[in-house]
Order: sequence, then C-alpha cells, then structure tokens
Amino acid sequence: MRIALFVTCLADGLFPQVGQATVRLLERLGHEVTFPQAQTCCGQMHTNTGYLREALPLVRRYVEVFEDCEMVVVPSGSCTGSVRHQHAMVARRFGDEALARRAEAVAARTYELSELLVDVLGLEDVGAYYPHRVTYHPTCHSLRLLRVGDRPLRLLRSVAGIDLVELPDAEVCCGFGGTFAVKNAPVSTAMLADKMRSVLATGAEVCTAGDSSCLMHIGGGLSRLNAGTATVHLAEILASTQDSH
Amino acid sequence: MPYAPRGVGHLRGDQPFPVASRAALADTQLRRNLGKATRTIRAKRAAVVAELPDWEELRAAGQAIKEHTLAHLDSYLEQLESQVTAHGGTVHWARDAHEANRIVTALVRGTGAAEVVKVKSIATDEIGLNEALAAAGITAHETDLAELIVQLGHDRPSHILVPAIHRNRAEIREIFLREMPGVDPGLTDTPAALTEAARLHLRRRFLSARVGISGANFAVAETGTLCVVESEGNGRMCLTLPDTLITVMGIEKVIPSWRDLEVFLQLLPRSSTGERMNPYTSMWTGVTPGDGPQRFHLVLLDNGRTAALADPAGRPALHCIRCSACLNVCPVYERTGGHAYGSVYPGPIGAVLSPQLTGVEDNASLPYASSLCGACYDVCPVRIDIPSILVHLRSRHVEEAARARRVPTAEAVAMAAASWVMASPARYAAALRGGRTGRALRRGGRIRRLPPPLSAWTSVRDAPAPPARTFREWWRLEHGDPDARG
Repeated sequence: MRIALFVTCLADGLFPQVGQATVRLLERLGHEVTFPQAQTCCGQMHTNTGYLREALPLVRRYVEVFEDCEMVVVPSGSCTGSVRHQHAMVARRFGDEALARRAEAVAARTYELSELLVDVLGLEDVGAYYPHRVTYHPTCHSLRLLRVGDRPLRLLRSVAGIDLVELPDAEVCCGFGGTFAVKNAPVSTAMLADKMRSVLATGAEVCTAGDSSCLMHIGGGLSRLNAGTATVHLAEILASTQDSH
Repeated sequence: MPYAPRGVGHLRGDQPFPVASRAALADTQLRRNLGKATRTIRAKRAAVVAELPDWEELRAAGQAIKEHTLAHLDSYLEQLESQVTAHGGTVHWARDAHEANRIVTALVRGTGAAEVVKVKSIATDEIGLNEALAAAGITAHETDLAELIVQLGHDRPSHILVPAIHRNRAEIREIFLREMPGVDPGLTDTPAALTEAARLHLRRRFLSARVGISGANFAVAETGTLCVVESEGNGRMCLTLPDTLITVMGIEKVIPSWRDLEVFLQLLPRSSTGERMNPYTSMWTGVTPGDGPQRFHLVLLDNGRTAALADPAGRPALHCIRCSACLNVCPVYERTGGHAYGSVYPGPIGAVLSPQLTGVEDNASLPYASSLCGACYDVCPVRIDIPSILVHLRSRHVEEAARARRVPTAEAVAMAAASWVMASPARYAAALRGGRTGRALRRGGRIRRLPPPLSAWTSVRDAPAPPARTFREWWRLEHGDPDARG
C-alpha cells in the first residue's frame, strides 16, 4: 500500500526519530511510504488557542498537499484529531464550504498510526522486539476524540520481550493541553505531578504514548527530576526489532 | 443582545483564572478534600450509569429535547406563562439580575416578612439575591446543608451540587460552633452530629417562615408544572410550608411536555449524585387551594441567556441541567476547586457558560482554563461538546481583543508569525533549520532554561534539544530528490 506520512511539525523539528520509526515500521511491513515535502503543520495550536484565522491557511495547505493521497498516516492522536474534527469547522467559520468538504474528504483518509495498523492493515503483531518495562499513557485526543480504545495496547501486547505494566489512572489528562501548559503553567504542573507519580509507581523504564506533545510534557518533567524513566513514542517501540537492538 | 450586567451577582471573578487558581493549588487541605470528594462521586456515577443499557440513547434524547426547546424557546415560555397563570400563579419577566432582584424584593416586602427560607438555587446566587434582600432589610436563610455551611462560613459556593465541597467535617464543625446560635458546645464532627445540629437550627426557620424562595430544575410548558429535585427534604419544606413561594428560574429551564421529565429524571440523579433516583422530587402547578403556598410567583430570568442563545456555536451550553458531572471528572477543577473560576458556575460548564452570560471579555481567562482533555463531554448527560465550545469562545476572545486593541498582543504577533511561516514550506523548513540554534542551549541532551514566555515551560520541565537533523532533512538524505517522490 502507498501511504503518505504527515509527520507533524513537532516530530519534524524536535522528534525526527518518531517520523523515522514510522517510515521504518511501515516499510518493514511491506508498504511504500511517501513524504510530501510541501507539508507543514495541521494548525492545531492556532485553532486551540483561538486563532482560527491564522489556522485557515494551514488547513488549506494540509488539504492541498494530501488530497491526492490514497491514505495518510499521522504519528499523533491530537494532530489526527485536529484534521478530523477541526479542519472543516475552521473552513466553515470563514464561509469556505468548498474547502470544508475537501477537508472532510481528506480527513476520512487520515489515520492515526494505531488506527492504520489495526483497522486498515489488520495487524496487531507487527513483529517488534522491545525488551523493556513499559507503561502506556492513552493521550486524551487518542482516547476521547479518536476513540482508538485499546488498539495501541493490542499492538504493544504483541511486542516480543516487552514487560507491559498498567498505568494507574491512565485516562486522566497529563496536563499538557498545548498552550494551556504555558497559560496555566501551575495547574498544568499539578496535573503533571500526578501523572508522573502514576508513571513512577509502575517502575517502568519507559512511558509510551501516541503523541509526541504529551510525551514532551511528561518526559520533560521526568527528565527534570532525573527520575530514570524515559518517554518513547509508540512508533519507536513498534519499529524496534531484534536487529536494531 | 445584552449581557448580564456588571456590579451585581456572582458571574465575574476579581482575578483571572491563572492568578485565582494559585492559592487553591497551594492549599493542601483543599487539594485533599477535593481529590477525595470528586474521586468518590466519580466512582458512584460510573457505577449507576453502567447499569443502564440505554444510557447513550437517554443522553441523545436529552440533547434532542433541549435543542428542540431552545429552537422554540419563545413559544414554550409563553405557553408556560399562560399555564402558570391559568393555575393561579403570577409570572414575572426579568431581563437581568437587577430586574429580578427588584421583583423578588418587592414581592417579599409586599408580604411584610423580614425573613425568607431558601431552597438551594444557583440562579438566585447568580443574581446576588441574598445581598439584594439584605440591603432591603430582609434576611435570607439557606436551608440546604451545604449552602448553610457556606452561608454560616461567610464563604462562597465552590461546586454546583456540593457547594461546600472544599470543606471537610472538621472545618464544618468549627463553623457551626462559631456561627450557629445555641449550638451544643460538645458538638462532634461525625456526619450524624453535624446533620442533627443543622436540622435543629433549620427546623425553627421552616416553621416560622412565611416566604419561601427557590430555583427550578425544570418547568413543563404544557402543564405549567415546576419541578425541584433534591436530597435533603429541606426543599420540600420550603416549597410546601410558607404561604408565599417565589421561584426564580433561568429561561432555558423550560421543557415542552410532562413526558420529557421521563428522560431528565433518569439523567440528572445518576449524573449528579450518582443515585438511581434522588430522594425528593417536588412538583407543583400554580396554586392549590388549601394545600401548600397560596401565592406563587415565577420569575423568568434572562441575564445574558438570550445572548448565549444568539450564538449557534455557544448555544448548547444552555442545555445544561446543572448535574455537575463535568466538574467531578475535570482534572483542572479537581486541582483548583470552584472559587478560582470566580463565578457561581465553576468547572468546565462554567468555563463555557459564564463568558457567554457576561460577554467573553469579562471572563476572558475562563475558556483557557482547560487542557481540552474532553472528559467533560464524555460524561455530560445532555451531550454538550464543551471542548468545542471552549475553542469557539477562545476564538471569540481573540477576535474581540484584536478589535479592541490598536497594538496586537505579543501572543497575537507570535501566532500570526507562526502561521505565516508554516503557510510556506520554504519558510517552514528554514525556520526548522533556524531552530537548531537552540542546540546551543542544551546541557546533556536537554534544555534546562528557555527565555519567556517559554520559561513557563522550563521552570518545571526540561525541553528537548533540537536534533542535529530535522525529519525532512533526514528524508532527503535517505530518499534523495524530494521532487522525485511524493
């Protein structure tokens, strides 16, 4: 299958290993990955902070770049959520019904990584090997906007060598929330403190999730505490094999 | 459409949310009280909701009834008025808090009473009725246990359903000992002892009161029937014993038919107290000769509701049936409590309701008091998509603030610049390359300190150091000429 990668601005600029892992994984599974170079950002930060007018050109860009693609994969629950639940709304806000329809059509072919693997490719065992103690944080937009359910956990359970431990109060937000983390930094920190307490209680070496943004927040807190637990994106775990270890 | 006026009632805080929440975050007793209370009620709600196989259908029905009612609000309100009038009640229309307070004060004065007993009512708290009555020399006695605790403690409610959720029983005992006339000085802090003290205190009020004041959970247009649901029986006392009953009700509380109660009386108790059914459901239709209050006044309150109705994207906030399930699941509310929101409507629903009633600029920080985690939408019994309304209100704030200012805020400049950069792949790629200069800040692969406003991030979290190569640079190296593929 020919799958276009929307890598997201965060992974492109700060976490390239997440994009690389997604490519490695899908190519290993026998698929062709393309990377349309005209892509930039889904505009979620603008939309969620209230800057809809500034989000509009980014929505248009996403639609124009990806509307000819058969299928788009995104290694992020919240960026997929923005494409699926906000792009058409932003277009309609400025009276562009034609763009809204095109956005809806592209959104219907845009999948978060675990959705693509489980629903489209019909896989749970992707042949990964990851000999570490891991706990999974289901990010809010994956969980409640996309309803990915236990798809990421089913993928993780099939990873060879993994010691997967359940995260207490997993469904509670980590406190990132985009610009919320800066605008309401103390509340965000209070939420982060509880999330870190849960993560550390598992004794995991690695906390994983389907969103680089939440992992940047949780990982930033754990790193500041030198807690000895790292954050690793789901794609990186699924891309790992015996050979890469 | 006019908003709720300033200078009256309790819809606006003195400080923006980020400032107002600081004290609560640092209050360890409050954090423990809130954590314990919300955790308990969350579990109760989840258990009773799971019992109903048709819960999702009930939610959809609740949403549909509310959507339909709001679309025909004018005719349902007039139908309600004619039915209440036909059954011996009197209907008053109050454009805002000032008008409502004037109407109620004049009605109480007309009875000659110097005291009134009150059923727990957020609408009367919204308009500051107790203060208005006090200014006219009339004492209002709150009779709901938690409202009594708040009133005796010279405090403010911090939760829609459990106004004293921020207090534990040791604190309640202290308040009673200090403020309750004639209380047993040996009062302990067991729930039974505290409740008994309140019961003795309130009984005198119930038996002597000539005027009762209530809110309403529902008003049935087809019959003119008012409905109050409660747990303690204090409401039943206030609604039946006094000679005069005055009900203040937001105009969005009307429902078309008796049959619609079937849906809401299932949704509300399970969502709010986590009970299958609430202990007391009181209904009355106008005046019944020889039984209950012989004078009934219904005050229909707008106070910014029509302004909310006029915004199609914000309107669903008016569906709210005040169950408070969204407060109990909100990770922000759980850590800040209700006072930080500065309004009688705290938590997620408050963050979408208060700014619409007052105008967004008077509560501009509230739509941002959320991580958009979506837990509130999942539990809302009438399916209010709170996260989407929060985003919508943020956009209203950005637009209104831009119109009001000659010089844009630093944030607006940054957002416009980011949009300009990301609208062009060439500018975007250059910016990513530029971001690499941030590598100079790294110590051991991480960044410990960034300049403002990102210092709010690095004050407690490390930031990732930009990588040596961006993803797109890696892709070019691995896959060659970009134009050849994709």
